[in-house]
Amino acid sequence: MSDLTDLLIKLIPVFPLLAVIANGLFGSRYSHEIAHRLAWGSVALSFLCVIGVFADVLRTGVSHEVVAYQWIFGGDLTINLAYLVDPLTCVWLLVVTGVGFLIHVYSVGYMHGEEGFTRFFTYMNLFMVSMLLLVMGNNYVVLFIGWEGVGLCSYLLIGYYYDKVSAAKAASKAFVVNRIGDAGFLLAIFLVFINFKTLDYTKVMAQVSQLSPEMATAIALCLLIGAVGKSAQLPLYTWLPDAMEGPTPVSALIHAATMVTAGVYMIVRNHAIFDLSPIAMEIVAVVGGCTALFAATIGLVQTDIKRVLAYSTVSQLGYMFLGCGIGAYTAAVFHVMTHAFFKALLFLSAGSVIHALSGEQDIRKMGGLSKKIPWTYRLFLIGTVAIAGLPPLAGFWSKDEIMGHAFVNHHYLYYTMAAVGAFLTSFYMFRLTYLTFYGPSRMDHHTEEHVHESSMVMVGPLMALGVLSVLGGLILGFPPEHGWLHGFLAPVAAVAGEHEASAALVLPLMGVATGIALLGWGLAHFLYSASPATADSWSTRFSGAYTTLLNKYYVDELYDVLFVEPTKRLGEWLDWFDRTVIDGLVRGVAQLADWGSAGSTWIEKYVVYAGLNVIGLGNHLAARQGRKLQSGMVHHYAALIIAGLFLLALVVQIIIQL
Amino acid sequence: MIPLAAYVAVSAILFLTGLLGVLIRRNFIIVLMSVEIMLNAANINLVAFSHYLESMAGQLVALFIIAIAAGEAAVGLAIIIVVFRGKLSTNVDEMNLLKW
Repeated sequence: MSDLTDLLIKLIPVFPLLAVIANGLFGSRYSHEIAHRLAWGSVALSFLCVIGVFADVLRTGVSHEVVAYQWIFGGDLTINLAYLVDPLTCVWLLVVTGVGFLIHVYSVGYMHGEEGFTRFFTYMNLFMVSMLLLVMGNNYVVLFIGWEGVGLCSYLLIGYYYDKVSAAKAASKAFVVNRIGDAGFLLAIFLVFINFKTLDYTKVMAQVSQLSPEMATAIALCLLIGAVGKSAQLPLYTWLPDAMEGPTPVSALIHAATMVTAGVYMIVRNHAIFDLSPIAMEIVAVVGGCTALFAATIGLVQTDIKRVLAYSTVSQLGYMFLGCGIGAYTAAVFHVMTHAFFKALLFLSAGSVIHALSGEQDIRKMGGLSKKIPWTYRLFLIGTVAIAGLPPLAGFWSKDEIMGHAFVNHHYLYYTMAAVGAFLTSFYMFRLTYLTFYGPSRMDHHTEEHVHESSMVMVGPLMALGVLSVLGGLILGFPPEHGWLHGFLAPVAAVAGEHEASAALVLPLMGVATGIALLGWGLAHFLYSASPATADSWSTRFSGAYTTLLNKYYVDELYDVLFVEPTKRLGEWLDWFDRTVIDGLVRGVAQLADWGSAGSTWIEKYVVYAGLNVIGLGNHLAARQGRKLQSGMVHHYAALIIAGLFLLALVVQIIIQL
Repeated sequence: MIPLAAYVAVSAILFLTGLLGVLIRRNFIIVLMSVEIMLNAANINLVAFSHYLESMAGQLVALFIIAIAAGEAAVGLAIIIVVFRGKLSTNVDEMNLLKW
């Protein structure tokens, strides 16, 4: 049985890899139908393998460590391409392959007729391979390979419409910003190796208690830098909103459900190190809380449907970090799961809206869509209610758990941040729903004529995600703190000394959370449905705050001034330096050589050749005389031979006499 | 008993006669005959020394030379005929192609 499980584990990343090879190398030789079947079929096979592995882990409670390939070994260093499948990995595997499969199916409809259809699915499958390596690796190097792989695929897919300048720029931005985080992550890996002489999680965690607190803080902070980059937290979040330039399924899969949660995965995976350093924990919580609040405020006023969702993602990732920072790892993982469900649902529904409106993304040009695309509307609404945190949908349980954990462990500041964030979340999500689906239509005539409900291949996955968004929280996390997920994750994410909420506190906290969500809904209803004029008058009355939010606190501009422009100027200066000084030196040397060769040419021409010519002339004249010897007459030659003979005889005679 | 010196002297006179013939005469056929005279001078020398040294080897070599001289005369005459066909002359001064 165990052998079978090991085999299944090894097979999980193989299927998408085969699809990448097939579609990447030979995709142009066969039709789109074959290409997309290979793509989602391979993910489906992986998903089946994951189910098998998951069933085994669930039944036996044993985590598996499988060496797929002996990679590097020498001296202290041993790195294998090896997989560790424990409950934490199982959770991620289920989300990645399950949600990934639904999004692949959806993409078949969404990307239909796009140029580069096969290329899209090749990248998507490559992403699946990388993401699976990321969560399955049993050591930091495999994690890092997956980490870079998903970064690469993110870059490729954001820049999918590569002939669009903004998409190409957004892709580079995502890549460069992620590099900053990756540098921190690499440092963390080096520090781990220096301290433990190994990079395997199990061996590191076994001796983690020997770590000095300072070193633990250093490693934890370096890991945090990596996580902040990948999970788009303050101050490195700016790439994620721009990443919305990619096709919508990409935003759903990579920039909402899976890749951006890799930072959370990494922190939970290394929570033993974080637990040793209260300072690092505090920083994680502060980063998470601030991001949750900060991104939510920007989300309030954005007008692009996908950008609102992007800021919402940043904000929800902030909740996960906050959860990690206060030690509520299980709650953070729980939120990752529910967030994957409802955010994928929201993004895909938004994609369905965009699809229906022939590519329009501006919510100011939508409105009144609830009648025209009823299924998309219903599913979007489910997503909205789920993320806003109304019971009994998924988002409520996970968010409430993080907030409850903060309250019970006396992190009242974080609790307040999370509560305000939850209010803002509820507000901007209902604002989005009202502006998109209610009120008068603000579409132009041409677009309005073409509005149509998406095909079943798109709505089907939406329904599956809708069901998960409704029931996921209840199935996984009910009753609070003692749900199925908590028991399942207990071996890997439980922290000693946690305070549990007493029964007396659970219900009031839930009530408060629900109240906050309802308040946000109410405000949104008031401003965008009941009395739209008030919204306009508020935006003029608080125009300073409004424009600041609309311009995203000018953070991009600030980074431009602080980092991008100086870097560009440095680059320009270096370019100048290169052109004038370095190239000048090179050209100077070349010039010297040029002059030198001109001089030597002159010498050659007028001195060496002259000498040679004199010798040649001498030879010529001598030869002119000498050739008279060659009369061509045999008897002349014979006479010379005889003369020579006599001469020889004379010489011999003289030599004998000596 | 004729002394060895007399033989050598005759041989030398014959050789010089042949040599002068080769160098001076213009007729190819006479040049060829002069070469034969030189070969025979060498033969006399060989036979005389063979007798003087009481060794038969010299006489054997003389026999070889006679055979080679016959071959040489045949080849030489053949060359003269070929050249004569081209130039209609046997004057060696006109055969001056062997130069630069």
